[in-house]
Amino acid sequence: MSALRTRFAGRIPWTLIVFLAALPVPWVGSRYDTFLATQIAIYALFALSLNLLLGLTGLVSFGHVAYFGIGAYVCGILMKTLGVPFIVAFPASGLGAGLFALVFGFFCVRLTKIYFAMLTLAFSQIVWAVCFKWNDVTGGDQGLPDVPFPDLHWMASLPGFGHFRIGEQFYFLTLVLVMLCVAALRRLSQSPFGRVLTTIRENPERAAFIGVNVRGYELAAFTAAGIFAGFSGALFGIFNRGVFADYVFWAKSADVMIMAILGGMNHFWGPAIGAAVLTILNQQITSITEYWPFFLGSILVILLFVFPGGILGALDAGWNRLVNRRHA
Amino acid sequence: MLEVAGLRKTFAGFVAVSDVSFTVETQQIAAVIGPNGAGKSTLFNLITGHLQPDSGTVTLDAKDITGVLPHQICRMGIGRSFQRTNIFPRLSVFENVQAAFLTHRGRGRDFWSRSETFYHADVEALLAQIGLLEHARSLAGTLSYGNQKQLELGLALASDPALLLLDEPTAGMSATETHDTIALIEKIAGERALTLLFTEHDMEVVFSIAQKIAVLHQGRLIADGAPQDVRNDPDVRRVYLGEH
Repeated sequence: MSALRTRFAGRIPWTLIVFLAALPVPWVGSRYDTFLATQIAIYALFALSLNLLLGLTGLVSFGHVAYFGIGAYVCGILMKTLGVPFIVAFPASGLGAGLFALVFGFFCVRLTKIYFAMLTLAFSQIVWAVCFKWNDVTGGDQGLPDVPFPDLHWMASLPGFGHFRIGEQFYFLTLVLVMLCVAALRRLSQSPFGRVLTTIRENPERAAFIGVNVRGYELAAFTAAGIFAGFSGALFGIFNRGVFADYVFWAKSADVMIMAILGGMNHFWGPAIGAAVLTILNQQITSITEYWPFFLGSILVILLFVFPGGILGALDAGWNRLVNRRHA
Repeated sequence: MLEVAGLRKTFAGFVAVSDVSFTVETQQIAAVIGPNGAGKSTLFNLITGHLQPDSGTVTLDAKDITGVLPHQICRMGIGRSFQRTNIFPRLSVFENVQAAFLTHRGRGRDFWSRSETFYHADVEALLAQIGLLEHARSLAGTLSYGNQKQLELGLALASDPALLLLDEPTAGMSATETHDTIALIEKIAGERALTLLFTEHDMEVVFSIAQKIAVLHQGRLIADGAPQDVRNDPDVRRVYLGEH
């Protein structure tokens, strides 16, 4: 029953629907809503890239922020220090992050479980230390402030877009790029390659004995996840008007993992939902109290005990119960 | 087809397999028997690359495959099932077998097509052969124990092996399930002209289908030959069959 429904759900063009639903935000919402929507889109891509490892391949990476940060620095350095246009800097950020993921991942996939997780963390801390101290290139603890926005003046000539400022224009750019990345991620997770990754998640020993080169596929997944994390980092650096060493600090790896688990890592869209819910909750709660970490902790406790499958996992279970009752 | 020569494996001083040598001929049905802890599973793991031997060689069709990695051995035409059921529990039965076809046919690097469009006819034919077609859409983890064992056989067959290694294919099964499973294995081995090497604790099963039997005891090979010879071997009677 559930498998049938999954097949059916796979035919709905969700990426397009989400894109169309998110597109009108600058027209109907406030400038602040657009700001928030930009942040959600970027974090959603970051969390979805992590889920390539977490949900699909069953690899727990505590160092995913490294590739987010490398993407942000590559894009920031190219655009601010070297004056390279965004259209070159953006692909370069994914490429740079992917290269680092390939090199670090080469070592990480040689380990399993907690040792794998610890090594990803170790590499991300090395990246952080370098970013924090290499003043000439990364700006050290001062970071790289004032990363310029891409040139989006052409957008004003589109009908209906004339009155938007750079914040809204950048939202449209972000939305299009994020959705293209999400479509690619979705395609990848439904491909034969994605199916092989799920066999590694389910049972690496057996996967090897249907002929899967487990380490090779894990490295490919790690690199792909790094590339998309790099894209999200590049957008975040521009969105935040600068790139700073705390983007690469390991606590951010925990944030993105919470997003994936909160939304539901067994569903493709789970991490994106988690990113949206966590970002909105953070805004709402920090506006009334300074104890956001207390609420975050409480949410996590409830989640782990009551909804271990995350938001989408709980909805799915509720839906199944409803359907079964109707059939009973 | 398969030749094992002088295989030895120790774990922290404990000798699990010691100087084991035997051969399996093409299309032969061969069994390895022995009491618990005799080294049967270790022997299988040495053949399939899950363990590296301390010394000795494994040869498949005159090619030395000692120390080759499991996924490569699988591609060379050896399929296996495991003693503890080894499937992909949160994938459907269909997806389990389909994944095995995808990797065997070198489709795993395709990251752009939709995986659900591949090999429907082949997957369904194989599921029909192992008797699981009606469960195609169930999650593998929800199957009964016997059905999971059948699915594991299906995973091994999807890579179209020439040599199939089955580690206790009827472990934990009822008498009826055991009978059905053995009949199924025998039928498939005949249809696909497979060479079969299996371990089994049920002597009735072993003597009913094996053409050749190797007996392990405390890591050593104490007998190796036709069922009738093995049955009459005084060493075997003393250490093993005498227990019954």
